[in-house]
Amino acid sequence: MTDRERVLDALGTVYDPELDEPITSLEFVSSCDVTAGGDVSVRLRLPTPQCAPNFAYLMVADARTAVRRLPGVGGVTVVLEDHYTGDEINAAVGRGEGFSEAFPGETEGELDTLRSLFHRKALVARQSGLCEALLAAGATPEEVTARRVADLPDEPDARRCLELREHLGIPHHDGAPAFVLPDGEPIAAADLRRWLRMARLVRTSLEVNGGICRSLLAVRYGIPDPEEVAA
Amino acid sequence: MYEHDGEQYFVMDSHIHFWDASPENWVKGQENYAKGWIECFHAYQSLAPPETHWPIEKFQKYSEEDFVKDVFEEGHVDIGVFQSTYLKEWYSDGFNTAEVNARLADKHPGKLITNGRWDPREGEAGIKQLEEDAERYGLKGVKLYTAEWRDGSRGWKLTDPEAVPFLERCQALGITNVHVHKGPTIWPLDKDAFDVSDVDHVATDFPELNFIVEHVGLPRIEDFCFMATQEPNVYAGLSVVLGGLMHSRPRFFAKVMGELLFWVGEDKMLFGSDYGIWEPKWQVEGLVEWNYPDETFSDFPAFTTESKKKILGLNAARLYGVDVPQEYRLPDEAGTPAAREDAELVEGRT
Repeated sequence: MTDRERVLDALGTVYDPELDEPITSLEFVSSCDVTAGGDVSVRLRLPTPQCAPNFAYLMVADARTAVRRLPGVGGVTVVLEDHYTGDEINAAVGRGEGFSEAFPGETEGELDTLRSLFHRKALVARQSGLCEALLAAGATPEEVTARRVADLPDEPDARRCLELREHLGIPHHDGAPAFVLPDGEPIAAADLRRWLRMARLVRTSLEVNGGICRSLLAVRYGIPDPEEVAA
Repeated sequence: MYEHDGEQYFVMDSHIHFWDASPENWVKGQENYAKGWIECFHAYQSLAPPETHWPIEKFQKYSEEDFVKDVFEEGHVDIGVFQSTYLKEWYSDGFNTAEVNARLADKHPGKLITNGRWDPREGEAGIKQLEEDAERYGLKGVKLYTAEWRDGSRGWKLTDPEAVPFLERCQALGITNVHVHKGPTIWPLDKDAFDVSDVDHVATDFPELNFIVEHVGLPRIEDFCFMATQEPNVYAGLSVVLGGLMHSRPRFFAKVMGELLFWVGEDKMLFGSDYGIWEPKWQVEGLVEWNYPDETFSDFPAFTTESKKKILGLNAARLYGVDVPQEYRLPDEAGTPAAREDAELVEGRT
């Protein structure tokens, strides 16, 4: 694996917090260069110049952290391009500062609460797909809600659910319930259908936003607009 | 009026603009924002069928002739509602002011409704302006853009204490339709700028007002839907849903329509083209022709001729007190209850 591929792999672990998708598959990485000496320069781009500064900041800061964590990496520069608060974000991230230092006086705190809010939405959305698949395969609501973490399939949605639970501090050991409410309590069998009705809407919301973001990015940078992906 | 398969549809477009975003109108020193704003809108237009795309020059400033042709002559629109958007920090004469809109409305009596605006950060002077506007334009509605910049502030919330006197004045003056648009930047920047929970609060506190959430709260459709089931006076403005998804993302469009019909109901959904981002013609025709693509959508509410008539015009006509000619009305006003009990489960979700 080349150094550049290692860096891109690391960037693939950075998620758009709002869409819960990696910034690489969203095509938010516009360039990634590694010098012979190991210095890394990454440029990020977003669908519009007015994309929310808080999510933009998180992606830039997370990208820098992910790349700096790689062994043998020299200097790391991550720059957000073509954004109305790009200067503020780039300067703060470059100095290793927090969001409130990027926008003095314009925030009440850091972005942990915001990030958790969207982790919870993402968990609801991802779990809904897994539950629907089980029901479609003939499982009863009782069987679905009796599942444990160890019963989850080894596939991307399930793995991401466990990562999100880790972020949210929700137990995710093998014996923990496979499907949980945001407070970590298991979903009750009697509530499953109603919960799914709500959870499906959350999933649709994330999918639709992702679709619009992809379209706008494609128009903005003249890249092919990918096919619609909808379950 | 649009006629299709022997059915006649009264069309009320609840969200149209007549803007000037040409370089001559950009505020000195703010050109990047003014240019970025209109280019972003222009990118949205590309989600429409290719034959309806405009060059950026026309998009920055279209003519009265364009407007009349696109909206009335070809767009099937009987009555349009102007949603004024000022953005005076970026555009010298404003982006799309009530004054300019009303001038055009005066030339087309009975066909255009001008909505006003207010901003709680303007205080007493803003109240006075609202009263003057109410009298001058006969306001029945306002468009609120909570992300508007002003004197270093990047936005506001409906629950700000300063907003209360404005909402009270709306209620007193009979300005019953409050269109709310969530934008990308708002103070404080560390919160979710698209959060619609402030609408929830004021909808409860001001039951005589109707709150039309523009673009159905996109990108927070789920928060909007859960809230709308709880509040009888909250409505879904369909602009962007139609223009942004119906052509470019048909399966997403079907899902969103299904969810809105389930959670919000066909009595509380309002057609809006968001002209000049998108022309109304293809949206009206597309909606009348639309149905779910296949049986995987079978647990969503049916989309009937009656649903279409309500969404395309009858619902908005009711909110704005428009007297719809008898031939376009429905025999009765049967409604679809929203799924209130399902939303209750959601309350503890965050």
